[in-house]
Amino acid sequence: MSLLEIEDLHVVAGDREILKGVSLKLEEGETCALFGPNGSGKSTLLATIMGYGMTTVTSGKIFFKGKNITHMSVDQRSKLGIGMMMQRPPNVVGVTLGNLVAATAKNGKGVVGVEKEFKMQDFMDRDVNVGFSGGEIKRSELLQLTAQAPDFVMLDEPESGVDLENIDLIGKKVHELIYGKEGTDNGGRKVSAFVITHTGQIMDYIGADKAYVLIHGRIAREGDPNAILEDIKTNGYGVEDE
Amino acid sequence: MTRIDENEVKKALDKPAAYGEDIDLNEYVEGDREVEQIENITDTPEDLKKRMINVGVEADDDGKEGTILFIDNAMSHCSNKAQEGLIIMNTQKALEMYPWARDYYWSAIDPTKDKYTAKTYQEDSDGYFIYVKAGYHIKTPVQTCMMLAKNRSVQNLHNIIIVDDNASLDMVTGCTTVHHANQALHVGVSEMFIGNNSSLSFTMVHSWSDQTAVRPRTNVLMGKNSNYVNNYVVLDPVGTIQSFPNAYLNGEGARCSFNTMCIAHENSNIDTGGCAVLNAPNTGAEIVSRNISYGGKMIARGKLVGNAPGAKAHLECKSIILKDGGVTHAIPELEASCSDVEMTHEAAVGKIAQEQIDYLMTRGLSQDEAVSMIVRGFLVGGIRGLPTNLQSEIDAAIEKANEGN
Repeated sequence: MSLLEIEDLHVVAGDREILKGVSLKLEEGETCALFGPNGSGKSTLLATIMGYGMTTVTSGKIFFKGKNITHMSVDQRSKLGIGMMMQRPPNVVGVTLGNLVAATAKNGKGVVGVEKEFKMQDFMDRDVNVGFSGGEIKRSELLQLTAQAPDFVMLDEPESGVDLENIDLIGKKVHELIYGKEGTDNGGRKVSAFVITHTGQIMDYIGADKAYVLIHGRIAREGDPNAILEDIKTNGYGVEDE
Repeated sequence: MTRIDENEVKKALDKPAAYGEDIDLNEYVEGDREVEQIENITDTPEDLKKRMINVGVEADDDGKEGTILFIDNAMSHCSNKAQEGLIIMNTQKALEMYPWARDYYWSAIDPTKDKYTAKTYQEDSDGYFIYVKAGYHIKTPVQTCMMLAKNRSVQNLHNIIIVDDNASLDMVTGCTTVHHANQALHVGVSEMFIGNNSSLSFTMVHSWSDQTAVRPRTNVLMGKNSNYVNNYVVLDPVGTIQSFPNAYLNGEGARCSFNTMCIAHENSNIDTGGCAVLNAPNTGAEIVSRNISYGGKMIARGKLVGNAPGAKAHLECKSIILKDGGVTHAIPELEASCSDVEMTHEAAVGKIAQEQIDYLMTRGLSQDEAVSMIVRGFLVGGIRGLPTNLQSEIDAAIEKANEGN
């Protein structure tokens, strides 16, 4: 049984069919890169796996840990062990980062009190994401995910909008989220990950076991992540951005 | 006291208010003017105590400079720990004791404004009288509690607050009903005077019953470099509220802010807001309102009037509708009679963004928990300087409202 199994998934978002029959598998402990041109449906795929309201599954199924989660609520999926680092999470006025981290830890199995490691100690009393820079948003997301400690984490362009000073810290923290702290066995946990990346930069930190390429809402290619990335860098996707 | 034409007042007894549904005063009997005296506030009967705590008034009176309790139309308790610099007593007694108090009586509000002010004038209504002498800064809040105890009665109050020059005062006032006085009318005329370089912070928490009618009338006259903060919080079900306090910034450099936080439950009809009249140069005002409709009717008003150069003011009305069936109406108004003013407003009415709910649910919060957290943040987020003891009341009200839906 695979950790995540998606069967012929068709998804409508904003009155358009975005995913047109996606099937894929992810094993326990496997890290998978997801490539594709802008508008190919990568973020929609992640939003659908998480169960966000903007997506409607018209046919197909999603299984996680053997359970059919296709129509499960977002929080149930979260409690089952799915985590998400959004590319552009919304501002939530009046909800502080500290409160959100505490609420996350209550429902998850991760740790709190580590905001210093993320250089977020001065942000705990601030409204989450309000006025945060690109790097601060990523660090805040990772701090929240560390409180949740999901078994499967989806990262939507973790390196986008991040300056050089931040990329190293973010890369290392993503690594820790998946593999545990250096010198530990992560409590015996094997965490899987799905990473959307345009540059492949994040792969320098976490590696990847395999890659999918999504084009026009369909899986166009599957294989070795480095070979695929090299090919994309040399030849492009062979299609215009949608 | 300015000369008042008794005939005009008599005529005004039938004059409906500018806003809000009209109330027939004849449907109510007079509130009692003789009530049981409570010597020590800790001896307050338990059921009353509970209602007081509900509206942020502490019944142990420790650490408070003074506490006044009104039941219907009479004062039941008055304590003044810090005699120095502070006078607190009932209005009618103050008028007898201090001839100068007459200069303030009916000087900020015209009794012919509407039937509620006219009625209060005609009744020679009592209320609380609070005076801070020049140069005194009263450190801990004075608290007042106005309680409706007699069903189908009208509570008519006339309050006067004077903060003389170079002085400051914080007030917490809670208004509430005793359980059996569900169908009653609360009318409160409040005249406030803030001297030069003085400040007054006035926090009012209302917790009524679902058929109570409420018609406060408040005017604030402000001196040079004075500061006024008005917080108004209504979290529990109510029949009808119509309130539109006015601050007149008559001294140069005066600043005021009105913060309103309301939850309109099903069958509640709330029409509230504030008006700042910037009459002097370089004055500033901010009106912020945050409202939630759980199926009730909510009208959020705000009015800024700029009459002097350098006046700067902002108005912000935001409402969230959590349940269909109600009406939410934001009415921001800007009026200027001078070119050198800067006044802005923003208003928004809508539901909570699905994206925000999804975001919090991603972290394992249930839909209800996510909505509560967002609603709480929405109510509290935009409003600065709310008393901390209100936070738990806000949580409880949101929880109660969510349960009922």
